[in-house]
Amino acid sequence: MSIWVGLVVASLLVWALKSAGYLVPQRLIEGALMSRVAGLVTVALLASLVMSQSLHQDGGIVLDARVPAVGVAALLLYFKAPFMVVLLAAGVVAGGLRFLGLMV
Amino acid sequence: MEREFDSHHHRRARTQGFQVAAAVSLSGISFGALSVALGFSVWQTMVLSLVMFSGASQFAFIGIVASGGAAVLGAAIASAGLLGVRNGLYALKMSSIIGPGFFTRAAAAQLTVDESTAVSVAQSDVTSSRHGFWATALALYAGWNIATLVGALAGDALGDVRTWGLDAVAAAAFLGLLWPRLTAREPIAVAVAAAALTVVLIPVVPAGIPVLAAAVVGIVVAVYRHRVAPHAPQRTDGGTS
Repeated sequence: MSIWVGLVVASLLVWALKSAGYLVPQRLIEGALMSRVAGLVTVALLASLVMSQSLHQDGGIVLDARVPAVGVAALLLYFKAPFMVVLLAAGVVAGGLRFLGLMV
Repeated sequence: MEREFDSHHHRRARTQGFQVAAAVSLSGISFGALSVALGFSVWQTMVLSLVMFSGASQFAFIGIVASGGAAVLGAAIASAGLLGVRNGLYALKMSSIIGPGFFTRAAAAQLTVDESTAVSVAQSDVTSSRHGFWATALALYAGWNIATLVGALAGDALGDVRTWGLDAVAAAAFLGLLWPRLTAREPIAVAVAAAALTVVLIPVVPAGIPVLAAAVVGIVVAVYRHRVAPHAPQRTDGGTS
């Protein structure tokens, strides 16, 4: 499967899920269980993605400039900094440490 | 008098929507730059923002594909889809607010995301909810896609992802999307378990699998907790993007 096909399939899938909510009679799906599953699956996926994006490299765990960058991001989020500021800070920390030759 | 009162509420809903949309749209720049820096073309990047149009799903898709190429496409599609499930639930909530009309509902469907739903449900009456939804949704769709294009074109000039710390930006993006959802003990416990499981699995399974294992943790905990405490107070759907 080419990247293009996968990309279009994934995009249509996400679109279809939104549309499904408008097509399905409300009483069929709406309920505490479904909203709990959706909420917790979202949390689990994002937490997993944070870890793999900050530690994974070539099939293993690598501690590099991403780790302090994500640490700074967490600190900024704790102090309720805007999303964009958090992203910029993470880039500056990781890019800066690499530029200075302090971390890979 | 009543009319004036109403239009004041509607205007406030729209203003809120525009403000939220403007703030969130800016992250589209990071998405566009990151996507291109990870090896996606400007066109592919734009299809994600125009058609997929859901921040978390988009970041997940490009992040996972970048980590393993065509071999992990299945996991990337599944993760994007699973992250999109909550939009379907928002749609159930929005369905009665949006009202009838095929084209109106079709347009609303594509625009039903965290932000448009959040602004809409925060309003005190149905008409204001509708105003809030459309203001957020349309401004965000335009803003997010323009920002993606700007970022994608800039990203083309940036070159290596690591030089600019863009790999760390992606990690921070997921953390930023996760943070507002950690409002109770239940989501925090799930996040910690999912994170730990991911770290344990990364060295032993192919890329893309840890994230799916984490999704299973989310489902299992949700089903289990639903049986033990079906009505426990929780709020896990209040994030951005």
